[in-house]
Amino acid sequence: MGEILVIFFGGVLLNNFILSRFLGICPFIGVSKQIETATGMGMAVIFVMGVASVVTWLVRALILVPLGVEYLQTIAFILVIAALVQLVEMVIQKVSPALYRALGIYLPLITTNCAVLGVSILNITEKYNVLEAAINGIAGASGFTMAIILFAAIRERMDLAPIPESLKGFPMALITAGLMSVAFLGFVGFRLKELFGVM
Amino acid sequence: MSFTSELTKGLVKENPTFRILLGMCPTMAVSLAISNGIGMGIAATFVLIGSNVIVSMLRNVIPSKIRIPCFIVVIASFVTMVDLIMAAFVPKLHEVLGIFIPLIVVNCIILARAEAFASKNGVLYSLADGVGMGLGFTLALVGLSAVRELLGTGTLLAVPDFGFPGFKIFDRSLAAVMVILPPGGFITLGLLIGLLNSVTGRKKKARA
Repeated sequence: MGEILVIFFGGVLLNNFILSRFLGICPFIGVSKQIETATGMGMAVIFVMGVASVVTWLVRALILVPLGVEYLQTIAFILVIAALVQLVEMVIQKVSPALYRALGIYLPLITTNCAVLGVSILNITEKYNVLEAAINGIAGASGFTMAIILFAAIRERMDLAPIPESLKGFPMALITAGLMSVAFLGFVGFRLKELFGVM
Repeated sequence: MSFTSELTKGLVKENPTFRILLGMCPTMAVSLAISNGIGMGIAATFVLIGSNVIVSMLRNVIPSKIRIPCFIVVIASFVTMVDLIMAAFVPKLHEVLGIFIPLIVVNCIILARAEAFASKNGVLYSLADGVGMGLGFTLALVGLSAVRELLGTGTLLAVPDFGFPGFKIFDRSLAAVMVILPPGGFITLGLLIGLLNSVTGRKKKARA
């Protein structure tokens, strides 16, 4: 249990996907103009990253490793993720039209979100088992969601701020994200392993 | 449209990083030292040239409905090649760039060029476009890396793969470590883009 908490809080706070690992910056900046859309995107990402972590882990363990073709990992993972996103989209559309309407437009965008492929590869390089991989995926995505919602809240207020002409839009968004990242650096001091009694 | 204009547009006019704002994740993540920037830039350029040429060759064969998955397979194949080549010849750089080498697959620049250019133009032009865009990306990476390496460590051009410590510009104790930490990536890139905007904005005003 302790190890799982370490992975979860590590993924959300210490190694936040956006603010310290630089994964998923495009949707972070692109879909963060309003809190509502940011929340929708975040939920879709949590769902896809959780599922993708498990599926890519299984694909590697059950197909690539027995066949001795681990070097095909990148190709296999991106295809699995693309197919998975498509599949998830169809299932949600059928099962829960309300959720589909809420997530609809964000789902296809997630295929090219580097956080999804990133977490799949990280699970392999960190040598996680399947449960840890799932937790890592959900934790990474929760960190992403937290960051994007906070960021959207800041951006909504920034609309009224007097920003120099040449910094308007993208540059100011980056600088704001940078300041958020400074705040998140503060979490680096947390000794999660001691806190949760894992040695 | 000429061969040279396709080649040079990626450098400044349509620079993928500073103008079109694509491929931000690897840009900020690897730009800690010039050698990283050059390594990442060359890797992405190789993939970009390869995928542009192959996509352009196959543009009349690939059915338009499934073109995106087809492009992704082509891109992923080249990325796998780069990954294996770098692991063999520059292991230290490969380790530093780490996860961002396989992640070239989802770098928006590469898919964007396949979709917007190579799938509509001839092989030669696509080759030129790939080289130009790749160099533009490399240039942006090197620029950003140079600023971060200098301010963050006080040295320039350190190359760990060849055991070269780099040129010392000022003492490390005076360096602003924050610049090579993650926040430095966001803030330096933001300020650089802002600087370029203000320079081009002034040029436009002078012309008008």
